[in-house]
Amino acid sequence: MNVVAPFEGIGASVRRKEDFRFLQGRGAYTDDFNRPGQLYAWILRSPHAHARIRGIDTARAAAMPGVVAVFTGADMAADNVGGLPCGWQIHNKDGSPMAEPPHPVLAQGKVRHVGDPVAVAIAATREQARDAAEAIAVDYEVLPAAATMEAALKPGAPLIHDGAPGNLCYDWHIGDRAAVDAAFAGAKHVVRLDLVNNRLIPNAMEPRAALGEYDRSTGEYTLTTTSQNPHVIRLLMGANVLHIPESKLRVIAPDVGGGFGSKIYHYAEEAIVTWAAGRLGRPVKWTADRSESFMSDAHGRDHVSHAELALDAEGKILGLRVSTLANMGAYLSTFAPCIPTYLYATLLAGVYTTPVIYCEVKAVFTNTVPVDAYRGAGRPEATFLLERLMDVAAAETGIDRVELRQRNFIKPDQFPYQTPVALQYDSGNYHATLDQALAAADWAGFEARRAEAAKRGRLRGIGLSTYIEACGIAPSAVVGSLGARAGLYEVGTIRVHPTGSVTVLTGAHSHGQGHETTFAQLVADRLGVPISQVDVVHGDTAKVPFGMGTYGSRSLAVGGSAMMKAMDKIIAKGKRIAAHLMEASVDDIEFDRGTFRVAGTDKTKSLVDISVAAYVPHNYPIEELEPGLEETAFYDPKNFTYPAGCHIAEVEIDPETGKVAVVNFTAVDDVGRVINPMIVEGQVQGGVAQGIGQALLEACVYDAGGQLLSGSMMDYCMPRADDLPPVGVATHTTLCTHNPLGVKGCGEVGAIGSPPAVINAVVDALRDYGVRSLDMPATPAKIWQIINGGRRMAAE
Amino acid sequence: MYDFAYHRPATVADAVRLLADPDAKAIAGGHTLIPALKHRLNRPSALVDLSGIAELKGIRRQGDAIVIGALTRHVEVATSAEVKAAIPALAYLAAHIGDVQVRNRGTIGGSVSNNDPAADYPAAVLGLGATVHTSKRRIAADDFFLGMFTTALEQDEILTAVEFPIPEKAGYAKMKNPASRYVMAGAFVSKGPQGVRVAINGAGPCVFRQAEMEKALAAHWSPEAVAGIRQSPEGLNSDIHGSAEYRAHLVTVMAKRAVAAAG
Amino acid sequence: MPQVTLTVNGQTHTAEVEGRTLLVELLREKLRLTGTHVGCDTSQCGACVVHVNGESVKSCTTLAVMCEGAQVTTIEGLAKPDGTLHPMQEAFREYHALQCGFCTPGMVMSAIDLVQKHPQGLTEQQIREGLEGNLCRCTGYHNIVKAIAAAAEVMHGRRSEIARAAE
Repeated sequence: MNVVAPFEGIGASVRRKEDFRFLQGRGAYTDDFNRPGQLYAWILRSPHAHARIRGIDTARAAAMPGVVAVFTGADMAADNVGGLPCGWQIHNKDGSPMAEPPHPVLAQGKVRHVGDPVAVAIAATREQARDAAEAIAVDYEVLPAAATMEAALKPGAPLIHDGAPGNLCYDWHIGDRAAVDAAFAGAKHVVRLDLVNNRLIPNAMEPRAALGEYDRSTGEYTLTTTSQNPHVIRLLMGANVLHIPESKLRVIAPDVGGGFGSKIYHYAEEAIVTWAAGRLGRPVKWTADRSESFMSDAHGRDHVSHAELALDAEGKILGLRVSTLANMGAYLSTFAPCIPTYLYATLLAGVYTTPVIYCEVKAVFTNTVPVDAYRGAGRPEATFLLERLMDVAAAETGIDRVELRQRNFIKPDQFPYQTPVALQYDSGNYHATLDQALAAADWAGFEARRAEAAKRGRLRGIGLSTYIEACGIAPSAVVGSLGARAGLYEVGTIRVHPTGSVTVLTGAHSHGQGHETTFAQLVADRLGVPISQVDVVHGDTAKVPFGMGTYGSRSLAVGGSAMMKAMDKIIAKGKRIAAHLMEASVDDIEFDRGTFRVAGTDKTKSLVDISVAAYVPHNYPIEELEPGLEETAFYDPKNFTYPAGCHIAEVEIDPETGKVAVVNFTAVDDVGRVINPMIVEGQVQGGVAQGIGQALLEACVYDAGGQLLSGSMMDYCMPRADDLPPVGVATHTTLCTHNPLGVKGCGEVGAIGSPPAVINAVVDALRDYGVRSLDMPATPAKIWQIINGGRRMAAE
Repeated sequence: MYDFAYHRPATVADAVRLLADPDAKAIAGGHTLIPALKHRLNRPSALVDLSGIAELKGIRRQGDAIVIGALTRHVEVATSAEVKAAIPALAYLAAHIGDVQVRNRGTIGGSVSNNDPAADYPAAVLGLGATVHTSKRRIAADDFFLGMFTTALEQDEILTAVEFPIPEKAGYAKMKNPASRYVMAGAFVSKGPQGVRVAINGAGPCVFRQAEMEKALAAHWSPEAVAGIRQSPEGLNSDIHGSAEYRAHLVTVMAKRAVAAAG
Repeated sequence: MPQVTLTVNGQTHTAEVEGRTLLVELLREKLRLTGTHVGCDTSQCGACVVHVNGESVKSCTTLAVMCEGAQVTTIEGLAKPDGTLHPMQEAFREYHALQCGFCTPGMVMSAIDLVQKHPQGLTEQQIREGLEGNLCRCTGYHNIVKAIAAAAEVMHGRRSEIARAAE
């Protein structure tokens, strides 16, 4: 008997449970919490991109109304507070480890970017804390700044960290240089391209916040914070920064208003409020202003690359070589070093059978905000590079850009496919997603649309990208050998209560992804418990045993798999109890969605019968089996997962103003098994919006002196509803072969496939202007410059 | 923000008295002043809330003019049957200021007194040859806008209404800054009892009249008449969103589109 | 210290505020109505939108003292006392028009005002333009636009319940 009706299991577009509280203003975000006796913190930040601190005078500030304390880096050092750690160590080409300069919580001796935290004022009200911070006198000796990677790498450039000569963090490579050079030597065509992947500011709608508390009677600290991974924060802050054992440190990430990677990083403010709460014996709360977020949240992307593609006469790719400069910003964030290496260079085969690849990456310190993961983290950079190269190669070889890709696709019968850059893809069908997208976007009918647009005075273009990405991070031993300092497994506990309802404890974290619904669907599907009776708990280290959090599209692939394994254990134990209750052999017990049956009979027990027996073990195999029905599983993935797909963008340019409008966008993505189609669509639409933002609207701009010119949403363009088209989303499924659910992950694909599709479309629209290279964002001013220049060229 | 005293006078005379204090500032819709205060960019000792002054409200037809009270909100101008009938380009302009919430609070008096180079209303005031009524006098549009954020208003003088002569035809077109949605370059053109007027906003440090375009349009009113006129980039704004050359180009494009919109 | 008296979600409150206290601060801190959110400091994001005297207003750009005698409705005041959701709230859930939920209260309040001001209906373009003052980083707006169109049908009596989203 199927107890689940209407269908709430895998494949159903179940409407979300969490919506009820969000829609009625009952969400509980960090700034919503207020504790008795609470104090407010205001961070004083450096106005200079690079300066020595000669002295800090806090006396006047400390005497101001309502002020309880003013702390600096010296106070923290005196209390043995450690620096913010980096979670990934990369090695240089010569095997030596990367430069890993200290990253103090509050500046010590120097400031290295506009926004670098220098001191904190703590007072009874936020305004009083702000007044006090303004009264702190810092004596700066301003130093020349290196605001770009080019400036930072020049001989004689200002030295940002004593331990990083030449402002170089690492010089790394992957691949076979000799084989690649040989391939190029024999190539019919060599396509060369210089590309920039523009720096972005994630700007989740909820500004970061942190609330630190200390309980004098238990000696326990509690940090409530806007984080994507509370257990990671507990580990990093407890072990490295504040030296608090896990048993005395609780980290809660409640409702979080978006993250996109910018809330992975263990931030200074988290340590500041926790430490201050301990010092002062009162709760301390900090909430960022948006302009403060601009100069303190991790930024994303910021690569400069030179790429070369070697092809034979038929357009078959013979080799790829890439040289990339990746901006780390002023300090190493938690994951930054792995993003331009193991999440970027290893994706350079793309969906193609490129036989040899060589990529070298120099990671550079600059006097800018630290860079960390932002939706896609390395894979958008790889995809943009590859898909722009393919279009340029198509133009230069005269081979149609769709045809060129198809000729180089990995075929469906070639899986598992070992790439020359470490990764082994498990499954996929790139021809199928391409064909589906071409049909959905009516690629064939485009030229007629171009002609019609021309009559209206508009330049219309169409572009595609065929992408792959690696997510579902990650196999611990593999990433450990690559420099990761943590494991990347996930944890799931399934607690079946005596009367049959279920609590799921997961180490994943939902900050928009809908886990409270989708994870419940997994339980509904497997154990037959209605979703209304499944409670998904996440985000609290006191409730959930452990977890690595949510980023890298890992929640279902790794977190869901952990749940499946835990449910395996529940079912295994349930079968033993059922066998006892029904006086049968355990090997004869079958289980299907909530019902245990003696094979070949109509003797059954429900999951509720089993759970009651487990907690009231009167008729129970007590000699062999403990009471209770709760199981925990840690799941370490066997491989990354490899979603892939095809995105097609169609644009129209107003040549008089240069404004680009996306008039149509089609996404066909293979995300493996689809648990909730509605959620997948939402993730793709959101990702595409961010990708269109990167391609056309968003630019984080610094001046040569390291001042952040795009310091607010007045100058940093956030996509609005009227900037975006409706996005047609479809999926094509090839199952992941190595996790129990067959899922690949869908959180980032939208932001990965879309930027090159849009830029390829813009280049297509401008084909009469001889555009070869176009960097993002393609703003109206930039496009007008091209068109205007082009016209002049034609006239001469 | 820094704290301040708050007053809500009932009459213009009371407001003027309170504004004699050089550290006091008038507030109407607040959508320019409050963001500035939040960033601690200024520190007034007192805010004088004009929204309680009944005589500052209302839209009325007065002979050959539409008179709009200073405290009239953008949404009211945008949806006013009178304005839509007499000067549709003005209703259009008001309907496209900022976003819905800005239009629900922002006022014409606030916008015109502030003279933000990237604001919309100054283009209409200059472009229609309006007369600014204040608590002391009347000021012609040509004498009102003096420079970036600077008008002819004195410290204790408040704008009470704007009198727009009804044109024969008028049009407005603008290119918005993609991030702030303020005006990067805009043109308000009109033909009427004040002759032909072309007011350019967004592109320079202050709204200005484009004499060459006015001359061309007076000779022949058509988009083509202005299409060939090149605005000099000299003195125009340059920033991360666009160079002075780009803005200069946009001036011509927007003027052309404004003329087309005027019919 | 100035005082302000205003009605919020049908309940009248008198609160001591400073001249500089913003409406959003009054709501969140004094009245503990934390459903209205602050997402930016340039009056652009719309997370703070509430209704003041029936119209959508950015509560982060409104002084509490300037709301003397006003009728304010926040997200907490939309559902009926018996828990029945407003059609806009229902539509947002049906169409998956929210993900992290942070922009949602302001988005819903703006959307209701938008629909109320257009009884004859709204085109997709009008809805998109009407949301110029509301930023969302999660959804890409696609489903928000659909939800608003669906809610409008019910709010103006053209349908008796929210149309189910196409699968």
